[in-house]
Amino acid sequence: MPFDVAATVVANLALSHDYNVLALDAPQIAEAAIPGQFVMVKAATGHDPLLRRPFSVFEILRDASGRATGLSLLVKRIGVSTGLLYDAKPGDTIMCLGPLGQPFTLVDAPADGWMVAGGVGLAPVWTLAEALVARGVTTTLFYGARRNDELFYLDFFRTLGVELVLTTEDGSGGEQGRVIAPLERALAARPADQPVSLYACGPEGMLAATARTAAAFGRPCEVSVERIMGCGMGGCYSCVVPMKSEGGGFHHVRSCIAGPVLDAAQIVWD
Amino acid sequence: MGTGQQAPVDLSVRIGSLTIANPVMSASGCFGYGVEYAGMVDLSTLGAVVVKGLFLKEREGHPAPRIVETPAGMINAIGLQGIGVHRFISEKLPELRERRATVVVNVCGTTVDEYAEVSRILSDAEGVHALELNISCPNIKEGGIQFGCSLGGTHDVVSAVRKVTSLPIIPKLTPNVTDPASFARAAEAAGADAVSLVNTFLALAIDIESRRPKISNGMGGLSGPAIRPIAVRMVYECRQAVKIPVVGMGGIMNARDALEFMIAGATAVQVGTANFVDPLIWNTIVSGIGDYLTRHGIKSVDALIGSVDMGKH
Repeated sequence: MPFDVAATVVANLALSHDYNVLALDAPQIAEAAIPGQFVMVKAATGHDPLLRRPFSVFEILRDASGRATGLSLLVKRIGVSTGLLYDAKPGDTIMCLGPLGQPFTLVDAPADGWMVAGGVGLAPVWTLAEALVARGVTTTLFYGARRNDELFYLDFFRTLGVELVLTTEDGSGGEQGRVIAPLERALAARPADQPVSLYACGPEGMLAATARTAAAFGRPCEVSVERIMGCGMGGCYSCVVPMKSEGGGFHHVRSCIAGPVLDAAQIVWD
Repeated sequence: MGTGQQAPVDLSVRIGSLTIANPVMSASGCFGYGVEYAGMVDLSTLGAVVVKGLFLKEREGHPAPRIVETPAGMINAIGLQGIGVHRFISEKLPELRERRATVVVNVCGTTVDEYAEVSRILSDAEGVHALELNISCPNIKEGGIQFGCSLGGTHDVVSAVRKVTSLPIIPKLTPNVTDPASFARAAEAAGADAVSLVNTFLALAIDIESRRPKISNGMGGLSGPAIRPIAVRMVYECRQAVKIPVVGMGGIMNARDALEFMIAGATAVQVGTANFVDPLIWNTIVSGIGDYLTRHGIKSVDALIGSVDMGKH
């Protein structure tokens, strides 16, 4: 069951001119959240902006005893609502509803877990990587961004034991280009008898390309989709994704309750 | 007053033969089939759960993006995605019954016969308490608004449904006409037990960079606080025009907004967009109405309905 919490901002770390990490005091949600789930947040107190916005849970914040005390959001400033979240101050109150949605399916060793993230699509990867590593799964993160200074938390992932494959669009860090190129090479190099599961979050084009690539190499792939969402609860039918139907055709599922994590092979990509 | 001993205020209201415990309902299309919220909200505490519109068959609706936020509001064109009346009865209605919800089903059709057939099927189902007739959806090509924008079409749909059901029927009116009150009169003459209004205002938001509409359907329906004063005016006009109850809606965000509609003439209200912002809003609105009545020494909701004094200031 989701909780709706008037969460206090405990920290706001600006990562760049566009990105910040907002830490919220929301222990009930943090305790219940599992990798891939999201929250609906509203920073404005009035009617403009009116609706909440969906955000993946980034980190689960814990005290010294390991008890969950809150969660953080990885925010990319795009519009008015994300601007309010970028500018939020410790002590501010933000309405936070969650945890919501379907999580990632965690693979078991000897399968490897390969994560693919583009830009702010890094958000659900933190908790996913922690969970996979905790299960003894060997993990790799294919992580692409516009520039080197938008590749965040590399030391965290290295320390966790995640192998990093980095790309930037301008070549200022890692390999120049999109993250799909090294992913394709790695899949081509992997022997068929060594299982691997893919997990992706990022721009729609990257998700579609990851889905195609995974399918081409016969590897399972889950994607965390992003749609314009009205409620996060299944009430408004705004955030639909077309999924393949048995016998051809498609049907719409609500990404808030059937997703945001969906089987890439079942999505109708266009 | 103030003794702590007074009887609780009676919040019940009547819509035709149906008495509901309080005047606050969910608005169709804004609360799924109700069951989506059952983990957070005690569905029996709503005056009624008005579920998403149902045709005879399933519909997939429009592609995303289906909504865009606008100043103090939102435009939607969902396209009436739905599971159809048969799956509703087998998959959703049992849980709604179990949770003791008062269920109003929003009935859609592309023809008069389809409205009547869906209504007949629902009338035979256990646990449906009233039918709201969707003759006002602005977002699909066939059905709905073609009936709701014609006095003859409104009359035809309501009288056809009247012939097949004894459940209260509540045509939902569009605001996209010059004189909604004339449509309320047509509905009343055809045997409606109440009317509900407003559905959304036909609207358009354009991305100036791409010069394309911001939602896939092009145009959509505007809801939210931005439309509230126009909706209040239309509810007032309909209250003056008909004797049957008027169910008011349009941008209600709190008890104060609900009370404004009731004072204008609404016997009950529906809450839509606000539920997206705050899924726990129901108790806040119901208890806020009760507090207001207590504060003003008003014994029942009936005494408040349509009590606006329109004399010049």
